[in-house]
Amino acid sequence: MKNKNTIEISNLNVWVDNQYILKNVNLDIPEHQITVLLGPSGCGKTTLLKSMNRLTDLYKELKVTGEICIDGDDILKSKRNIYEIRQKMGLLSQKPYPLPVSIYKNIAYGIKLKGIKDRKLLDYNVEKRLKEVGLWDEVKDRLHSSPDTLSIGQQQRLCLARGLAVKPRLILADEPTSALDPLSSKIIEDLFKKLKEHYSIVVVTHILRQAKRLADNVVFMHYGEIVEQGAPDQLFTNPQSPELKKYLVDGN
Amino acid sequence: MRYRKSFVELFYKILTGIACYSLIVILGYIIFVIFKKGIGMLSLKMITTVPSGGYYYGGEGGVLNAIAGSFYIAVGATIIAVIVGVPAALFINSHLQHKPRMQSFIRYMLDALWGIPSIVYGAFGFMLMIYLGMSASLLAGIITVAFLITPIIIRTFDEVLNTIPKGLHESALALGYTRMQLAFKVLWKQGFPGFITAVLFAFGRGIGDAASVLFTAGYTDLVPQYLDEPAATLPLAIFFQLSSPIPEVRNRAYAAGIILTAMILIISVSARLVSRKFSKTNLK
Ligand SMILES: Nc1ncnc2c1ncn2[C@@H]1O[C@H](COP(=O)(O)OP(=O)(O)OP(=O)(O)O)[C@@H](O)[C@H]1O
Ligand SMILES: [Mg+2]
Repeated sequence: MKNKNTIEISNLNVWVDNQYILKNVNLDIPEHQITVLLGPSGCGKTTLLKSMNRLTDLYKELKVTGEICIDGDDILKSKRNIYEIRQKMGLLSQKPYPLPVSIYKNIAYGIKLKGIKDRKLLDYNVEKRLKEVGLWDEVKDRLHSSPDTLSIGQQQRLCLARGLAVKPRLILADEPTSALDPLSSKIIEDLFKKLKEHYSIVVVTHILRQAKRLADNVVFMHYGEIVEQGAPDQLFTNPQSPELKKYLVDGN
Repeated sequence: MRYRKSFVELFYKILTGIACYSLIVILGYIIFVIFKKGIGMLSLKMITTVPSGGYYYGGEGGVLNAIAGSFYIAVGATIIAVIVGVPAALFINSHLQHKPRMQSFIRYMLDALWGIPSIVYGAFGFMLMIYLGMSASLLAGIITVAFLITPIIIRTFDEVLNTIPKGLHESALALGYTRMQLAFKVLWKQGFPGFITAVLFAFGRGIGDAASVLFTAGYTDLVPQYLDEPAATLPLAIFFQLSSPIPEVRNRAYAAGIILTAMILIISVSARLVSRKFSKTNLK
């Protein structure tokens, strides 16, 4: 079965002062699947995620070349505006960073960015997004209080809901559970499995067991290069490269 | 050996203790002297009437002229400094976020401006005033003090904005925020308590500064009604009246001293409280 790809990356290079952070990366992110990025610390996973929604623009010292195509449009050269491109991807970072407004507004603002202004529609969509991440019952009585009152795990789900509010195609999650307790982590993992029906998901993780639980597709990186990729059964039981073999041994 | 070590330890403890506590004692003493000399003169009349018979020779009346003048100047200057300073601080932290060199250059310049003695601002304000054909007035005082406190507002607010984690910037931008929306919807809200601290801090500095208003605001026995009238100020009320040969007038200077000191203490304590509250909520 040949899957459609949400993103096709070819010959992506990112470097700073003659030093490569990403080297000749070729990668397809298949639709409605969870792609897990694995690799030792500093190998460029975060940088790869950031290039996908051009947050690399924030770091002037980074030079980026290559192609990142989403819907056949190369976002590195695209004439379309960058804000629209970024909305195709929801970002979930290591720590939740709720916006300094109420729980309701955290989500409503993203919906407004999409041009919806009607109060009823806003209410409806906020509820829908919060239900999508299983947070509605926990917060429905305090929608207008500050997200500071939520637990970290709840905040992380709020950030996920906020990202979904701009109707992305893709969710980019950078070690989304590393600040969470096991129970909250499990909730996030289950969410991902549910959400992949509607979105394509890229997850960076350092937890091998999490990778095994989640992945439809594993990408192993080492020093800015993709060393191996494939289905999890094949990769974890029968690694080809010495780097991955070593990583798996050390990781267990 | 151990004995010697603990001796050195004790020696430094005493030395630093003396330095610290003597500062507190000196500050307490200064406040005590000001209050002791002026408290007898402090009355309702003092804060509700202007001096009569000339501020230098007439013993009657109060220092309302200086209270009002200082207040007008500090408020006016703070408003100007906020209008210029807030967008500047937000700009440094949003649009210049990816230009660290430019950012640190601007911060360096502002710190240098902060460090310039206020008499230099006074002289600059005076020159500007002459150039514009104005005379010593409320407006000239406001403009000069605004020059003095704008760098203070920018840098104080900027320091707070700078502590906002980069992850929050990235989260907002990833949602498709423009830099403008990032600045006004996220940084402004997140940094608001820092803004209050900056305003109080700058206001306190503006109301207490003598040198910048010395040539520019002038002095008068009256409460200014218009921007082009001269304005008295508390620091200059102290300065001029203290040199008077008439004891009643000198006492008025002490009363002005109490009023100014009390104002500044209140302002700086509230600035402290606001920033303490902020850092607490920020710990999470
Ligand atoms: N703006 C930058 N300037 C210079 N070097 C950078 C910059 N951003 C990233 N790097 C370097 O690029 C390399 C990859 O960083 P990246 O954050 O992508 O790693 P990572 O795989 O996400 O690591 P971790 O698992 O620890 O999060 C690191 O060596 C880092 O020091
Ligand atoms: Mg990383």
